[in-house]
Amino acid sequence: MSTGSLIAIDGLSLGYRGPAGDPRLILRDITLSLSPGETVGLVGESGSGKSTLALAMMGYLGPGLEIFSGRVLFEQEDIFALSEEARRKLRGKRIALIPQSAGQSLTPTLRVRDQIDEALRLHTPLNTAERRDRLDALLHQVRLPPAVEIADRYPHQLSGGQQQRVAIAMALGSGAKALILDEPTTGLDVTTQAHILTLLRRLAQDAGVTMITVSHDLGVIAQLAEQIAVMYAGEVVEWGSAAGVLSAPAHPYPRALLASIPRLDAQEVPAALEGVPPLVGDPRQGCAFAPRCSIAKDACHASAPPIQPTDHGTARCFFPAGMDVAPERLQRPQSPRRTGVLVLEARDLSVRYGTGGLFARLLRREPRPDAVAQVEVQVRGGETLGLVGESGSGKSTILRALAGLTVPRTGQVAIVGQPVAASVSDRAIKTIQPLQMIFQNADSALNPRQTVREILDAPLRLYFDLSPDETVRRLADLMAAVRLPSAYLDRFPSQLSGGEKQRIGIARAFAAEPRVVLCDEVTSALDVSVQAAVLRLIARLQESHGTGYVFVSHDLAVVQAVADRIAVLYQGRLCEVGPAAAVFAPPYHPYTQVLMGAILTPDPSTRPALLTDDVIEGAPLSVGCPFQNRCPHKIGSICQTETPPARRFGEEHSIACHIDPATLCDLTSPDTPAQRGGPATTDLP
Amino acid sequence: MVARPRSSGTGGPRSHLLHRIMARPSGVIGLALTLFHVALALLAPLLSVHDVSLPNADTINLAPSWEHLMGTDSLGRDVFARVVHGGQLALMVTACAAAIAITWGGSVGMLLGVVGGRTDEIAMRFVDAMLSIPSLAFFLLMASVVGGGAWTIVPVLGFFYGVAVIRISRAATLQVAAQDFVMAAKARGERTGTIMRREVLPNVSSILLVEGAMQWSWMLLAFSSLSFLGYGATPPTPDWGLMIASERGLLAVAPWSVLWPCAALSTLIIGINLLADALGKALGVDRTREVPG
Repeated sequence: MSTGSLIAIDGLSLGYRGPAGDPRLILRDITLSLSPGETVGLVGESGSGKSTLALAMMGYLGPGLEIFSGRVLFEQEDIFALSEEARRKLRGKRIALIPQSAGQSLTPTLRVRDQIDEALRLHTPLNTAERRDRLDALLHQVRLPPAVEIADRYPHQLSGGQQQRVAIAMALGSGAKALILDEPTTGLDVTTQAHILTLLRRLAQDAGVTMITVSHDLGVIAQLAEQIAVMYAGEVVEWGSAAGVLSAPAHPYPRALLASIPRLDAQEVPAALEGVPPLVGDPRQGCAFAPRCSIAKDACHASAPPIQPTDHGTARCFFPAGMDVAPERLQRPQSPRRTGVLVLEARDLSVRYGTGGLFARLLRREPRPDAVAQVEVQVRGGETLGLVGESGSGKSTILRALAGLTVPRTGQVAIVGQPVAASVSDRAIKTIQPLQMIFQNADSALNPRQTVREILDAPLRLYFDLSPDETVRRLADLMAAVRLPSAYLDRFPSQLSGGEKQRIGIARAFAAEPRVVLCDEVTSALDVSVQAAVLRLIARLQESHGTGYVFVSHDLAVVQAVADRIAVLYQGRLCEVGPAAAVFAPPYHPYTQVLMGAILTPDPSTRPALLTDDVIEGAPLSVGCPFQNRCPHKIGSICQTETPPARRFGEEHSIACHIDPATLCDLTSPDTPAQRGGPATTDLP
Repeated sequence: MVARPRSSGTGGPRSHLLHRIMARPSGVIGLALTLFHVALALLAPLLSVHDVSLPNADTINLAPSWEHLMGTDSLGRDVFARVVHGGQLALMVTACAAAIAITWGGSVGMLLGVVGGRTDEIAMRFVDAMLSIPSLAFFLLMASVVGGGAWTIVPVLGFFYGVAVIRISRAATLQVAAQDFVMAAKARGERTGTIMRREVLPNVSSILLVEGAMQWSWMLLAFSSLSFLGYGATPPTPDWGLMIASERGLLAVAPWSVLWPCAALSTLIIGINLLADALGKALGVDRTREVPG
């Protein structure tokens, strides 16, 4: 431990006590040292203890937690030896936290000005006039528009990105030497995320604060940290420079984690990391990762591995960088599979919310614009259509309209060639059966009062006339298909892990023997390694059943991994439709280009491109191009007055933009400065 | 994949329900009081040697003694015998009415919560209107239409208190219906009845159970009030409300014949109330939460 360190953690083990007073560890023997001005990333999946560690750096223990050994030094002072009062002073003044979902940490009844002023009053000796100047400086520092505008607003009047900026301003205002960022961009759209990350990176450089970023996302960590601590089951399994750890991880866990991230440059389903991490507080023998490790030997199961030096840091492994096993990847067929029958078709689909009752009609209110307008959907058997867009792009609304859960204003849906009624309650059961749905949040999609058996039995009972014997066989087949033991049939959802729940959701959809399945953000609530396993399962089931998918996601890389064709949506309007390879290659729709540019990769040498502002969009515009307000290539009044035509760019690839095809190719092709990736020196607008 | 034992949460069996009720003082007192009264009502014929309804001119307004533990009333009947018998009718009538209230209120509330839309909107305004009618006024009106009598009052009580249950049941259903598993059932093409029975009911049954217990205690009060006013139990049936009504003029002379039935009625109502409260807490039902209209 160097004497110059700002925060030093020395053999820290903490946890809670079991019913018999036995220690249950959440963090195990952690030793880290952070120098002033250094940026550090704590990365790990849920339950890895990364947030607990970050909070311990602030001298904060959750309720019921206690330290069993080790200490935390902040500027050579043992933080847990201080009085509660001294610790409280240290927090906020010398080390500040920017919590996850900053919007919820702001007081809803305080204007931004008063909010920041309160933090300044508490943590600085400044007088009123000085505080006012400081406020202006802070808002400028976090790149919020001039104080008059933003400072007088309430938190709910700000976009998610702006709320995050206010939270950052409050933390900076205290003049803290260290900032802890807990999942700083989780929940933000990709374009907003790129802006916040750029801001944070500049702050770390300019203000010289030590920044500790906690995230599950290796892409975020790559942007914000020079040093990385990879956490697994309460241990730091690898520590080292970001460039080193992310390019050549020595520990098998980060290796597997990196392999499980879907990448834009590879059209394949990433390798899955099977198994689940040990439960918090479980007693353990040997290496925590051994049960899931591809290179584990007997020694790994017998005793805890030592911390060993690697090329770029340390790793807690017997065989650092030893025996590299090439991850098995699931190559997807390259040629678009456009041969199957049309299993789902929707034409001219428009959905409008709140059409207004009698009251609105009496007042002659303008009807609200359509949330989804003139969308076309075509899916063939065995083919996946990816719907991509940020929040509010109408992805889920389209799925609901296809499933008949929302009645569209216009449009006709046909399932396997059969036109069906708009509302699911008017559809015949025979026409419902071929179309099934998998939900985003498996927690809420499974009835907590039903066993897995009851949950899977529902579609069987509804669609098929099976004998009890056949039902038993079918249930066993379904469980085998989603790779879960049959014993799970008698469990309640609360007895399953997140990934297991999602498998049950998938099994329920496939119980109906569907021809097309609507997948609504099916992996966004899962950890990365679990996500890969679920994506593989979905791909495998498609292979064997010839099912068509509509796969909705905000994550371009995930869609890229599974989709044959992709539709990019902005505010409920189709911007670009085409085969995956064509959509992810120039020429792009300007919005696709913006999205592509904002994607993060777990590579510290690339930077997201900031092609547009992170402004809040109001209701969809009723005239002109939906993207006109944020478009980096807007050409003029035609964008405001006329709906852009869908122009053909080769077979089946169309882009809805006024810019003529040749110019669009030039504007968005890789040799323009606005390309994505590369060591771009992007500046804020 | 390794099987991982996890806590069964609230989804597990209710074998420890009694344990969790008894974990609170309110649960212990409530359960004891309720069981005490139910036992009294069941064992009443064994507990008293005196006749409950036969007047006796020799034993008018006698003070409590070993012969008459709680004294005698203005017609010379043993108050103890009448108090232990007096709970029978009230408990039976209100238990039936509570069952009706919970069944009809619970199912209508679930239906409205699942169906939603204009039907729900109109039905809820009707519910609001019903809830604004003072209960006693409604009962007196109904009693004068259908006539008095303990058993004719059962459907009236059941209907009226069921309206309040609609609100609770609908609010609970709305929370369940907002979850994806109900949407999944709709998307699957399940009928509304199946959705209510299989998806919603198991998730709102605890709330309905607690609400039923609560309604039961209020109905006891209402039934006794009606008996007091002469629309419930009819003389010479031993009934607390009736006893209080007929003996109240003699409060100064023979207070025992009024105060004992009062005490019996209050302890039963308090007991059921405490039990309902403890039951709610044991089942994780939060009765303090605001109910959306």
